[in-house]
Amino acid sequence: MSEAEKKQEFNITIYTENQIGLLSRIAIIFTRRKINIDSLNTSPSEIESIHRFNIVINEYEEVVRKLTRQIEKQVEVLKAYYHTNEDVIWQELALYKVSTDVIAEKVSVERLLRENGARAVVIRKDYTVFETTGHREETDNLINILQPYGLIEFVRSARVAIIKDSEGFNSKLREFERLEPGEEVIENEYLNQGEKVFTM
Amino acid sequence: METAQETLTAPAATETVNVSGSVALLEALIAEGTDTIFGYPGGAIMPIYDALFDYNDKLNHILVRHEQGGIHAGQGYARTSGKVGVVFATSGPGATNLVTGLADAQIDSTPLVCITGQVFAHLLGTDAFQETDVINITTPVTKWNYQVTDATEIPEVIAKAFYIARSGRPGPVLIDITKNAQIQLFDFAGYKPCDHIRSYRPKPIVRPQYIEQAAELINSAKKPFILFGQGVILGGAEQEFKAFVEKSGIPAAWTVLGAGAIPSDHPLNVGMLGMHGNYGPNVLTNECDVLIAIGMRFDDRVTGRLDKYAKQAKVVHLDIDPAEIDKNVKSTVPVWGDCKETLPLLTKAIEKKEHTEWLAKFNDYTRQEVEAVIHNELNPTTPEMTMGEVIKQLNEITKGEAVIVTDVGQHQMVACRYAKFNNTRSNVTSGGLGTMGFALPAAIGAKFGAQDRTVVAIIGDGGFQMTCQELGTIMQSGIDVKIIILNNRFLGMVRQWQELFNQRRYSFVDIQSPDFVALAAAYRIPGKLVDDRADLTAALNEMLTAPGSFLLEIMVTKENNVFPMVPQGCSVSEIRLK
Repeated sequence: MSEAEKKQEFNITIYTENQIGLLSRIAIIFTRRKINIDSLNTSPSEIESIHRFNIVINEYEEVVRKLTRQIEKQVEVLKAYYHTNEDVIWQELALYKVSTDVIAEKVSVERLLRENGARAVVIRKDYTVFETTGHREETDNLINILQPYGLIEFVRSARVAIIKDSEGFNSKLREFERLEPGEEVIENEYLNQGEKVFTM
Repeated sequence: METAQETLTAPAATETVNVSGSVALLEALIAEGTDTIFGYPGGAIMPIYDALFDYNDKLNHILVRHEQGGIHAGQGYARTSGKVGVVFATSGPGATNLVTGLADAQIDSTPLVCITGQVFAHLLGTDAFQETDVINITTPVTKWNYQVTDATEIPEVIAKAFYIARSGRPGPVLIDITKNAQIQLFDFAGYKPCDHIRSYRPKPIVRPQYIEQAAELINSAKKPFILFGQGVILGGAEQEFKAFVEKSGIPAAWTVLGAGAIPSDHPLNVGMLGMHGNYGPNVLTNECDVLIAIGMRFDDRVTGRLDKYAKQAKVVHLDIDPAEIDKNVKSTVPVWGDCKETLPLLTKAIEKKEHTEWLAKFNDYTRQEVEAVIHNELNPTTPEMTMGEVIKQLNEITKGEAVIVTDVGQHQMVACRYAKFNNTRSNVTSGGLGTMGFALPAAIGAKFGAQDRTVVAIIGDGGFQMTCQELGTIMQSGIDVKIIILNNRFLGMVRQWQELFNQRRYSFVDIQSPDFVALAAAYRIPGKLVDDRADLTAALNEMLTAPGSFLLEIMVTKENNVFPMVPQGCSVSEIRLK
């Protein structure tokens, strides 16, 4: 089986209008095909009124390509791209709540936290909240470390990913701010198979 | 209201008029060229209907008997007229009754704008009377949908709705308007049509390099084969398509929805594709060297088993929707774009050719099919009539000039196979969704969309009973629709499958019917029952020359099968003649 034929994690990046109901419209493209969304992040992009979705799924590239085209087809989607984990730099943020007494008593805990790049966000009499960012294995690792010391609560964010090869992304996006249609905007850019950026 | 109406039609650039959301909606519809609305009133859409009362002279509202009938009528109207069909329904059950039609229009790319009433905005999410989450229910079956909660949004949203419905690959749009927005007064500054949405690209840019590559493949092909679909009709590219076919000399076969894009008797029209299509087009799909697909989407009913479909061929795929390229069949050359633009470029780039020997192969298969299937279907020796001979007789009278509206099942396949089409926009049927009950209401809409043409609805005894209440719409509107019920006293297509694949275990296909002629008479529609071949021609003539609507119930063989047939899971080259 070649690399392309194997299921693997894909990062789907979608730029959209900020429109009620669009999340559902995008989500059903996956659910209709019984594909699980492993991680979903949506937040405003650097351009006002344009939102950015980061969706992670584990699938064959062939399937992901078709999904991305279906997503791009939606009226309020500006652009959709997909990338493998090798093509992106990605992070997840995790918060850990631990008893402050335990940390005060056991010096080793503080050392472990520091070794794992965690920093305290809130320190109260009864508990302390630590934060780390990193890949899934890294944030998982700290759970295992803290578990014996009485982890009170844990939460992890969805993945955010930045594309390695995205030179000029921001300026391309600025094009969308123009009200009149321009040559660049009209183009289905992912059809430009030779280009480094804006290629599906 | 009357004064507002007079001034609104041509508002000066800076002037505003204080109107309700409902009036703004109707003005927007008129500005978009709407002349006919199919609808059904109800609580949450009452302010719009109240405004409509004063617009009787500009907007012809057809009161249907069920919202599903309304939307199918809208589809029929859109299919024959090429315009956007407009449908009104109230909230809750009114809106949910549209869902089948929306799904049908979505899969068959039919441009519609559906307006649904909704409860007051402050009641949203409270389980108010007749409140339902229409936007979420209809999201998978609409090209776009939007909920209006403020009247000031209406002009812009309706402009967007029409633009989205008809541009690019057309589709249904639903606009849900809360009751408060329908009532709310606002300063209406006139209607501006929409011609651009920044996030929406109706069609991809045409790539010259793909035209060149496609032309090269076509020029060097020995056994090229064209498959065409509704894209040719939706793009209004019938002339461009004909020019391409004639210069290239390539045999061309059609999908069910592509029928009529080129006349049935054109020498290069080699017939119908798919499960019940013609013998040659199916077998030779797996023999051609270059397959040129134009405005079609390789539906599974066309391709049969995909891993044995045209594997030997290089594929040129012309489509306006990039998501269709490589979706089912991998293309060698993807010709992105509107075929109205790409076809002339391609025609220019190809050499004029004739493929006499290759075309003769199609004709040879036609001869075999005539011998094995067609001759007996059209000229039966059995005492009972066949569906095919009815269509043949109809062809002889209408000469291929009529609009044929079909429902779903055996009669649909027989009608598509044998009906003659001289003109485009003549075959109205539910293709992708296969919606039984489509034909009667769609025929009503088809007639409103093409009032100078004869519209013949051909319906099975099963499908007719799904929407037969629309006889009431025919009665009240006085529209002239000719109705043929091909009655085989079975749910024929399912029965055929049960016979062929389930050892004749006829599970719930034995359907009883009312006296259809008496039912029509109850709606004051004249009708006739024909169960003797000797009466067929006279009865068809009587129906077609009747001054208004007419229902003909024709008794046909109970257990006739539609052949040829590509059984499910088989390759197109494994098509069976019996």
